[in-house]
Amino acid sequence: MVAALLITAAFAACLGLVLLWLPATQRREDILAERINELLPQTQCRRCTFDGCLPYATAIARGEAGIDQCPPGGDTTAAALATLLRRERRAVDPQYGVMPVYPAVAVIDETTCIGCTKCIQACPVDAIVGGSKFMHTVIAADCTGCELCIPPCPVDCIDMRPAPAGMQQFPPLMAAR
Amino acid sequence: MGARIRGGLTLDANKTRSTRLALRAATVPERLILPLDQHAGAPSRPIVQPGDAVLLGQPIAEPQGDISAWLHSPVSGTILSSPPPPAGEGQGGGDGGTAAPHPNLPPQAGEGARSIVIANDGRDARYAQSPVDYPSLSAADLRAHIARGGIVGLGGATFPTAAKLARSADVDGIHLLLNGAECEPWISCDDMLMRERAADVVFGARILKHATGATQCTIAIEDDVPQAEAALRSALRETNDIAISIQRDIYPAGGERQLILAITGREVPSDGLPADIGIVVQNVGTAAAAARWIRDGEPLISRIVTVTGAGVSEPANLEVRLGTPVASLIADCGGYVADVQQLIMGGSMMGQALTSDQLPVVKAMNCIIAATAADLQPRGAEMPCIRCGDCAQVCPATLLPQQLHWHAQAGDLANLERYGLMDCIECGCCDYVCPSQIPLTQRFREAKPALLATLRARRDATTARAHYEARGDRLQRIEQEQRTRLEEKRRHLAGRKS
Repeated sequence: MVAALLITAAFAACLGLVLLWLPATQRREDILAERINELLPQTQCRRCTFDGCLPYATAIARGEAGIDQCPPGGDTTAAALATLLRRERRAVDPQYGVMPVYPAVAVIDETTCIGCTKCIQACPVDAIVGGSKFMHTVIAADCTGCELCIPPCPVDCIDMRPAPAGMQQFPPLMAAR
Repeated sequence: MGARIRGGLTLDANKTRSTRLALRAATVPERLILPLDQHAGAPSRPIVQPGDAVLLGQPIAEPQGDISAWLHSPVSGTILSSPPPPAGEGQGGGDGGTAAPHPNLPPQAGEGARSIVIANDGRDARYAQSPVDYPSLSAADLRAHIARGGIVGLGGATFPTAAKLARSADVDGIHLLLNGAECEPWISCDDMLMRERAADVVFGARILKHATGATQCTIAIEDDVPQAEAALRSALRETNDIAISIQRDIYPAGGERQLILAITGREVPSDGLPADIGIVVQNVGTAAAAARWIRDGEPLISRIVTVTGAGVSEPANLEVRLGTPVASLIADCGGYVADVQQLIMGGSMMGQALTSDQLPVVKAMNCIIAATAADLQPRGAEMPCIRCGDCAQVCPATLLPQQLHWHAQAGDLANLERYGLMDCIECGCCDYVCPSQIPLTQRFREAKPALLATLRARRDATTARAHYEARGDRLQRIEQEQRTRLEEKRRHLAGRKS
């Protein structure tokens, strides 16, 4: 009788522990993915072969991807990831692509654009506006320079150009004299 | 209500040298040079061609983007040269990354190509611009009109006035502060302006009040300008819409955030703007410029410049057309007398050395100091920081300059951010008291761009992430909706068959 009780209790305890542990790993993985994602440049360019920065972060957290697959983040991001994950530092693997030396944004040649909306569907950050059979244009401030819009364009009217400089200086610091 | 500003220094004002003579107009030169980046923000875009005839007050360059300004011809004459639009310009945002080292500085040698040069015909024939009855305009229309006058903040930051006023557009119960607290040594142009043109300042104050919808307006001056105070009081006689507040003469009492603290007792959040706490600060010179534009139809084509220092014979305040070479002002003030070591634009604390006296007067130029060896504070060799903490005592932004210095040397951006580098107003108080003669302000100025780039990259990443996530949610929702619709249709068809 006592033995039966003990066996049942032990079995229940084991089951309980397993049930507690399962979601905890799940949660730990999510938290890690979130922290990795915070280090990624959010270019959403898919050069890492995943569908965006968060999927790549999740893959790293699960141990399914290396930390050297993010060209836009460059060696800075790779180093930050190495520190976070306590892994050996390594440079970005050039097989995942090389970034232009200056920050670039996509520019649509509006005279050539036929309004096919293919680039709009390709843009991961909704930085292209336009309607079917109407001219499209890129919102330069929102463009991350991922280049995903370039291959789908049937008339090759999208070009990468240096990002506009915008506000070139600090906010006014002092009106004093 | 007000609070004492923290830190700060009591300095030799050296202001009386330049206030002995009355304000007068400077000689207008034969040739004027007008840089296109005389204001904070994107440079203006020229709208004239070489050979064009222009009239006094005619627009010669238009703003590019939201933070930019109009530029007008200060004389009538002919355009000698005007830079072609920069290459690679397409999306109308800035000029391809040719960032000037400091937008308020006139172009140094080699950068002269980014200026419009005008030959003066000496007739001063005016461009037709009728005065405006400002109370009949809405606040937004008035702001747009102020923008067309090329008005920028004349206190030194040259931030386009209309853009600054627009930031307070949605805020109720604005308190407009007119900054006449000219705290930096040597400079006396605002003092002189208030003494001789108090009516302009008051009229301008009412214009700015209308443009912001302010319910309260205060003119702040320091306690060492009794004549300016008397002039303002007489201009404000029999009215009670504008108050005068006298501040203790302490440097930097005229800093925007310091002035707000001193007058209202409130602090502007580190990541916020004065408008966030219902305050707009404008310089008194800006108000006077707005008055001339609205009342006389004269855009910002001239400003008052203090010409002073032991190196110039008769220090004075001059009303100068923009584009006049500094050498011409020196000649107006009797020429150089002693061995001038350095020409400084601005005051002795925040001023910048000029490389040549052929550089033109720009909207930001409030003062020229022809400094002799006696005027300059001798600076010894830099020594290691001894951690005395004097810099932290005088910092008006309540930062810890010795810690910032430490982290700036290490290039530690994370700690520079944590210790508030971006809150540094570059007033120079820490430099002034440092017993080890460390050029702290210069170090901070050099460290800012890297930190700013990081902060900007982080902001862009946050936006991109939000857009990416919103798009993901949307695509998922659309897919879900399509599936539901298909399901419903199937069920409907199945129901019909049976």
